[in-house]
Amino acid sequence: MLDRIIARAIPAAPLSRRGFLKLSAGAAGGLMLGAALPVSRAAAEAAADGLAMPFVHIRPDNSVVVIVKHLDKGQGAATGLATLVAEELDADAAQVTTEFAPANTALYANSLLGVQGTGGSTAMANSWQQYREAGATARAMLVAAAAETWGVDPAAVTVSGGMVRAEGHSASFGALAEAAARQDVPGEVTLKSPDQWVYIGKSFPRVDVQRKTEGGVGMFGMDMRMEGMVHAVSLRSPRFGGTLATLDDSAARAMAGVIDVIRLPDRATVIAETTWQAIQARDALVAEWDFAQAENRGTAELRAEFAALLDREGMPFHMAPASGEAAARVIEADYVFPYLAHAPMEPIDVTVLFDGERAVFWTGSQIQTLDQTIGAQVLGIPPEAVTINTLWGGGSFGRRAIYDSHYVAEAAMVARAWRDAHGEARPIKLVWTREDDIRGGYYRPMHMHRVRAGLDAEGRIAFWQHRVVGQGIMLGTAFEPFAVKNGVDSSSVEGLGESSPYEIPGWVVDVHHPRVGVPVLWWRSVGHTHTAYVVETMMDELAEAAGVDPVEFRLRYLTDPRARNVLELAADRAGAVPEGLTRGIAVHKSFGSYVAEVADVRMREDGTVKVERVTCAVDCGVPVNPSNIRAQIEGGLGYGLSAILREEITLTEGEVDQSNFYDYTPLLITDMPEVEVHIVPSTEAPTGIGEPGTPPIGPAVANAVRRATGQAVRELPFARHGLA
Amino acid sequence: MITLTINGERREVPAAPDTPLLWVLRDDLGLTGTKFGCGVASCGACTVHLDGVPARSCQSFVGDLEGVEITTIEGAADAAAQAIRAAWAELEVPQCGYCQSGQIMSASALLAETPRPTDADIDAAMEGNLCRCASYARIRKAIHRAAEIMEG
Repeated sequence: MLDRIIARAIPAAPLSRRGFLKLSAGAAGGLMLGAALPVSRAAAEAAADGLAMPFVHIRPDNSVVVIVKHLDKGQGAATGLATLVAEELDADAAQVTTEFAPANTALYANSLLGVQGTGGSTAMANSWQQYREAGATARAMLVAAAAETWGVDPAAVTVSGGMVRAEGHSASFGALAEAAARQDVPGEVTLKSPDQWVYIGKSFPRVDVQRKTEGGVGMFGMDMRMEGMVHAVSLRSPRFGGTLATLDDSAARAMAGVIDVIRLPDRATVIAETTWQAIQARDALVAEWDFAQAENRGTAELRAEFAALLDREGMPFHMAPASGEAAARVIEADYVFPYLAHAPMEPIDVTVLFDGERAVFWTGSQIQTLDQTIGAQVLGIPPEAVTINTLWGGGSFGRRAIYDSHYVAEAAMVARAWRDAHGEARPIKLVWTREDDIRGGYYRPMHMHRVRAGLDAEGRIAFWQHRVVGQGIMLGTAFEPFAVKNGVDSSSVEGLGESSPYEIPGWVVDVHHPRVGVPVLWWRSVGHTHTAYVVETMMDELAEAAGVDPVEFRLRYLTDPRARNVLELAADRAGAVPEGLTRGIAVHKSFGSYVAEVADVRMREDGTVKVERVTCAVDCGVPVNPSNIRAQIEGGLGYGLSAILREEITLTEGEVDQSNFYDYTPLLITDMPEVEVHIVPSTEAPTGIGEPGTPPIGPAVANAVRRATGQAVRELPFARHGLA
Repeated sequence: MITLTINGERREVPAAPDTPLLWVLRDDLGLTGTKFGCGVASCGACTVHLDGVPARSCQSFVGDLEGVEITTIEGAADAAAQAIRAAWAELEVPQCGYCQSGQIMSASALLAETPRPTDADIDAAMEGNLCRCASYARIRKAIHRAAEIMEG
């Protein structure tokens, strides 16, 4: 069966299996697009497929397929990369489609992460040059093919709107595709100047909208269907780190449709004919757990331990001590940020097929290199024997960029056990229910901050002592060597010190990373989710204490002109405060981009907050796709607003208290403000857009609420205080 | 065997009567446009129409549905659904897209009943449909836009 599956899976991918292997071999030594191209004989063989290159495939049917090396989980990476290729290729938007790249780190590594993966809002930043060059290269080969075919000077050939023309001649890309594949690959290409752009900075239609209005059929891992497929749902330890002591699966095994129950050291997995049968049988398993090695503390105990650390000096992160602590006015504040679940709308799923020697995984893979490597390790086969078919992600917000590939590993363990027990290969679809997702860990880590800030007699900041307590996300992972310096995990402190847009006098930051057995993970904008909240609410309190306008006060400490610009732009465009509303503002830099947000809020009669309107200014370098930039700012601030209003994961004796959307309650349409996004024109290289909209919203809203009520909200979420 | 009428077709399914329609659609009939999001009617991703009324298929049980006209996203083709789809594309509403089947089913039922919905109507009809991408601002605009499209 696997042969048939692979045969079916691979040709659906951008390159024929044969052509792909040649490209892979050619790419072994540090690839740029040209180097990966086949030599002319190989090109001739592949030419029947048209012009097939790692990042773009021009087919004889006139379709232009952009090979997307990033996961698209809603952030628009597929459309963004398609925009770059179409621009330099002078393609017609209507002929452009996308496919996700296979796992192949040599060809498809993220140059900013070093692995094939998507994260840190880097998709556009690391593809900007590469994908434009890919488009320009393909264009040059189409031009060369046209010149050869028509017997004209290449300089006399023009390309626009998906057509190649010379005096007396014209042809579609498809008609020239085979001839283009036989051309030499140009060593260098010239990219367009910004004034020549027809798509970049203007508009390019989303490549996924049509299908996503028709049910998204076949796009998502959850929708995988294959002949002979069985469905897997697992029972996991209710406490993190617990192991399975005893299991009674007799009731489950007697249920309709149940094929097997696979017992693993820390879980038991039901295999059934349908998902529903597997869920019901999973719920009928009776397990006893060994919690000797588990995290048995609850939120109350963890908070007390974190709070105790606030009193003790931590590891130094940023040291610019003031000459003294003399201040006319001192503000001291402690902040608490809870664990947060990502809760993407598509719960976790992965489909696996393993025949003992080779395996194929289908999932919304976000770090393909790790999913491939770890999947292979668990199965005991080499990584080359593992095919990763990346599907569209039904949201992620960080959840699918998983440093230990734990759900791919879980599927692999189940597949291996199935193979051992049944001696046959069958596709197994592992599904996590929403309860599994909410209670499954990998949260935004709980953090506490303490700030003691002083103003001098002139109302200027004299010192700012800042302590951070929270689990480091990357401590103990493969990312540790890159992200942990002098014991401090950058994911806890990004946005502070030198990574802050502010130059704050006398700023001293130290850090504690308590060890907690709750798995934690990056969550849309990672450390900025709490660092920006602390800095921007404290800035506001200091401004008020100094008797200075909050925008003017911030400008004193902002030297970066791009940060100053977005702050002033948002403040200006927000105009007068509407009757009955109060206003808060915040500005932050994250993932290379600058965002300022002005929140206008109304306090309802019941004391809850309604954010009515948010005015944003964003500088993310060249605004490649303005509609998507607006969408990501709208969505990014919506995600951040959701968190500060009602989201909180708590534990009691090591068990997560929440379980589904009725007790972990995200933003609703009735909570959503009107959003206005102003994009700063720029010629700087593009930077992140998926995450930077998230950090400023919390402090902007909190500042407005403080102005309205006098209450500084320093413990999230707002629901804890009757504000949501 | 239970006989269901789905998108105008009679389908025989070998499911137990207490099986949620969601899983019969997805696993037995291959109609995967209807999404699994929570299983407890708390997110709206699985919304279908039962005799034209939006309902959560994860909490609708097939034993209760014989003789009911079931419409899924795959079969949603009336004027309201067409207008909603056109507006969704024009405003580029979907981000990850996973919740959008449910959003479109709720919105098209609203529009079929209330051709010029107010913001309050939209709130009432759409509050049960979660979108973690927070595409809500565009959903609201797109429903108003679809109303214009329907008026012609």
